[in-house]
Amino acid sequence: MSEIPTELRFATSHEWARLEEDGSVTVGISDHAQNALGDVVYVELPEQGQLVAAQHEAGVVESVKAASDIYAPVGGTVIAINSALDDAPELVNQDPYGAGWFFKMEPADVEELTELLDPEAYAEICEAEEH
Amino acid sequence: MSRQTPLHAAHVEAGGKMVDFAGWQMPLNYGSQINEHHVVRQTAGMFDVSHMTVIDVSGEGCCEFLRRMVANDVAKLDCDGKALYGALLNDAGGVVDDLIVYRRSHGYRCVVNASTRDKVLDWFADQAPADVLVEEKDLAMIAVQGPRAVVNFQTATHIDLIDELSPFGFLEHNNWMIARTGYTGEDGVEVILPKADVSALWEHLMDVGVQPIGLAARDTLRLEAGLNLYGQDMDTSTSPLVSNLAWTITWQPASREFIGRDALRAERTAGITQKLTGLVMEARGVLRRDQRVTTSFGDGVITSGIFSPTLGYSIALARLPIKATGDCQVEIRGKMLPVRIVKPPFVRRGQSVFD
Repeated sequence: MSEIPTELRFATSHEWARLEEDGSVTVGISDHAQNALGDVVYVELPEQGQLVAAQHEAGVVESVKAASDIYAPVGGTVIAINSALDDAPELVNQDPYGAGWFFKMEPADVEELTELLDPEAYAEICEAEEH
Repeated sequence: MSRQTPLHAAHVEAGGKMVDFAGWQMPLNYGSQINEHHVVRQTAGMFDVSHMTVIDVSGEGCCEFLRRMVANDVAKLDCDGKALYGALLNDAGGVVDDLIVYRRSHGYRCVVNASTRDKVLDWFADQAPADVLVEEKDLAMIAVQGPRAVVNFQTATHIDLIDELSPFGFLEHNNWMIARTGYTGEDGVEVILPKADVSALWEHLMDVGVQPIGLAARDTLRLEAGLNLYGQDMDTSTSPLVSNLAWTITWQPASREFIGRDALRAERTAGITQKLTGLVMEARGVLRRDQRVTTSFGDGVITSGIFSPTLGYSIALARLPIKATGDCQVEIRGKMLPVRIVKPPFVRRGQSVFD
């Protein structure tokens, strides 16, 4: 059973989104997702300042075994990227909800967060995939 | 319902992430496939390969039968205790499977893939004459691989003389067959033994520090070693001549009419147009199967691609126009990235070996 923090919202494509106190949204992939991918070796992040629409491609995560697109859980502007992943992509496996974050956005419409899955609904999706 | 090996409980206990592979529940990894990869390159790891198919071939005509079935010549095994790698071909020269053939005192033992089990058993049954007995054996198999593999195996089992086996040599010890073979590019042994014995051997190996390694690391290790995977780098639509396996075809004596010989001869006469070779990409990204390769002699395709844990960048096997050398390009997500054609293997005995 993978870990699912309660303060997060999730996309069906396994990204998580966290609303920060300053109104920005941090994005990463879930524990379930990193576990399914296996060892991450390379993360292609969006550019700082890039505009991305909700559910549109915002990067790629490559593990030894497979490449997987990362979709923006909400629309907005990319305001920071986690450049630590360049040299230490394994952070995605080691700490998917912490040091393994991908990028931060300034959301165009913070209400879009409510359209994402809450932890309970996301747990059901993970469970269905695990069986 | 997929089958379980006798080590299933041991895998689960060791944290193995079990997946379905060729009809078997096998461990993909026990946490991190990269760590497992390094363990095999640096010390010693063990693989449960009990899913592989063991076929014993005996009877008066067994040698002549295998000389017809295998493109390599089992007559080269001039005494018991020797094994060779080879390919089973169809009449068109396509690869039905690759295998290891061991010469024993009462016949031959063949180890073929799990994914090809039914096909190969049918093929053998179709081709075997009345004086040849073909029997599948229900046995277990463990591969112990790495620079410390042989030492650790001897410590765990107290069986001597393993370190004196030459590559592809094997010995029989009670009901165990212990061969100096493997699929990683490292020293080591593969042990075929009764299912009842395998859990104890696994535990004894654990006790001396040999770590369990999953299928995912098995794939990165074999690819670094430049070893083909059946169904991926070759199949019935490709001959050994375009699969980097020309060295496994024994042409002499010319009188040996192995299956596929005429087709291979015709392919050679017409001119071989492709080759299976290596690619390295030092740019960021990972080469993957089915990606298109553009060379100045035409296009090719990647058959297996991975991130190489030993080298720290991506490598691949690709089927390319035979004349292609040097620099070429691979299309990844719409971008053309530079790659270099190299002759595999990429890694042997823990060291980078391509030029």
